[in-house]
Amino acid sequence: MANAASIHAADVPKGKQHDPHAAPPKIVAIDPPQEFVREPLVLNGRSLGWLTERIAGVCEGKMPLWWWPAFIVSAGLMTMMFTLVAYLISTGVGVWGLNNPADWAWDITNFVFWIGIGHAGTLISAVLFLLRQKWRTSINRAAEAMTLIAVACAGIFPVVHTGRVWFALMPGWLIPAPNANYIWPQFRSPLLWDVFAVSTYGTVSLLFWYVGLIPDLATLRDRAKNKVRGFFYGLFALGWTGSNRHWSNYEKAYMIFAGLSTPLVLSVHSIVSFDFAVSNVPGWHTTIFPPYFVAGAIFSGFGMVLTLLVPMRTLFKLEDIITTRHVELMCKVILATGSIVGYAYGMEFFIAWYGGSPYELYAFKNRAFGPYWWAYWSMISCNVISPHLFWFKWCRTNMVFVFFVSIVVNIGMWFERFVIIVTSLHRDYLPASWGYFAPTWVDVFTFVGSFGLFLTLFLLFIRFLPAIAISEVKGVTPQADPHHPLGGAKGGHH
Amino acid sequence: MSANAKTYGLLAQFDTAAGIFEAAIQVRDAGYRKWDVFTPFPIHGMDDAMGLKNSKVGYFTFCGGFTGFFTGMTMIWFMNKFDYGLVVGGKPLFTPLYAFPVSYELTILLGAFATLGGMLALNRLPKLYNPLFKSERFKKATDDKFFICIEATDPKFAEARAVLEKAGAAAIELVED
Repeated sequence: MANAASIHAADVPKGKQHDPHAAPPKIVAIDPPQEFVREPLVLNGRSLGWLTERIAGVCEGKMPLWWWPAFIVSAGLMTMMFTLVAYLISTGVGVWGLNNPADWAWDITNFVFWIGIGHAGTLISAVLFLLRQKWRTSINRAAEAMTLIAVACAGIFPVVHTGRVWFALMPGWLIPAPNANYIWPQFRSPLLWDVFAVSTYGTVSLLFWYVGLIPDLATLRDRAKNKVRGFFYGLFALGWTGSNRHWSNYEKAYMIFAGLSTPLVLSVHSIVSFDFAVSNVPGWHTTIFPPYFVAGAIFSGFGMVLTLLVPMRTLFKLEDIITTRHVELMCKVILATGSIVGYAYGMEFFIAWYGGSPYELYAFKNRAFGPYWWAYWSMISCNVISPHLFWFKWCRTNMVFVFFVSIVVNIGMWFERFVIIVTSLHRDYLPASWGYFAPTWVDVFTFVGSFGLFLTLFLLFIRFLPAIAISEVKGVTPQADPHHPLGGAKGGHH
Repeated sequence: MSANAKTYGLLAQFDTAAGIFEAAIQVRDAGYRKWDVFTPFPIHGMDDAMGLKNSKVGYFTFCGGFTGFFTGMTMIWFMNKFDYGLVVGGKPLFTPLYAFPVSYELTILLGAFATLGGMLALNRLPKLYNPLFKSERFKKATDDKFFICIEATDPKFAEARAVLEKAGAAAIELVED
């Protein structure tokens, strides 16, 4: 039992067996003072069985009454979007309000908006995992699902904005294969890097999400009341048993996935920012773009995570698992990343002046005081002012208020992309071509419809898959710790 | 070797994380080889308690990532310089600098596929048939109970029941293949 004894050295209870004159034990466990004790991640000391029952119960039972109207409205919006995409493809990009020089407008704004939303999911699943932030376990599944769905929404816009979409999808233009003239895709362009970055991001996020789902699918398989459910959950659970020999490889793989996803998520929005920064358009051609875009992406993504999870925790009575502390911590991430975004706005202006380029300075003056002043100041009030409300504890703990601010953050970050894209383009080097972009109804309803796609897929996710990672949440409870009294450890058995 | 040919192994249930942890140490120290622990979530320290070595998934990732990077660089060199060079914006036909972002993404993409594939291969998953699923009790292994299974092919299988009882099993059952 020598091994066992050394493993339990940290467990020696204070005061028992401890003679003050004897040699000190290797590790002395001292309980922290009351004010330093962290709030538990699962409230009310819920048991392991309760966690399975409550989380799996959501996708096993009937959906509550509100689910159906929500689903029907979302699916209707989604249908509207696909109809408008069909109209666009059959008619041409002229149905949008694009003009020259504003050749990019809502399409690319929506793309950057949705891809940025996705980044919070990867930050929660990968970066917080590497940083050993255990609170991530309650929110990572839903956030990763949000990532996947957001990437799907994002992917639509750059493909359809090409007008003749078959060129975007056929090998030889974006997909590396020779085109009709035996010319290969041009890898010096950040637009092609973007194709690889976004498709890798979508694929790796899907794999990571699926790896996390395997043990929970096994739970659903083992609880299945009918053959069909048992078959499908069993199929995707791949025969998972919870074997520790499997867990050993699984945990290593999970950690590697987190290690791969972290540089990936940083690279994706950096490369998205290269789409702009590598050009020489005033207002785009700045080196601050990659970190500024990544911070903005995480900021907007956490906004969307809160928009989804604050109602979800109440509607499905998951408050013991997604606790007020979880919401507070997410608000603090919004505060931190929002401050970075605010700093970047200021620094952009400073460099525009300090850099001494009259074109650059004009682009920024035009942003704030030109014809799109309303978009600029909407962005500033949503992104610079609203996150700072989270310095106050009341603001972080009042769920209605948090939900409200999360919507404001989403609106602000959409405006940020609009401001960057349209205000830089509409007045370029050639004043003769200056113009004003205004969206058409097709622009507006395609974007609104993309929320339909987003919400439809998220509602289906809640309906069929566990929205919280069951096995991971169990793993952070005291019952899961073999050295904790609640995990069955007996004091003084050495 | 008292087990008959149809026996798969002996399945013991434990009710707490500490219970299974102590039991795993005892089974390991008793010298068993063909046995396993089943838990609803990974238990910290269980690999040591079972005497498992570090997982080999990382080698798969490395091979996948290396292949991805090499593929990216070679592909771009072949397409934009070797096979059909076109000068664009006065930039060089090939330099690792502009080829880096795409190669970097491919490193991660193939590394991720290799990680998933490696994890599944090392775990021999997907597995279509597992005699343990015949046990009704074993359904709790993905819920809130903990199990140890000692397989009948282990040379010390004859004493398995005694070892598991001594380790404090809440229930023991024979699983048939």
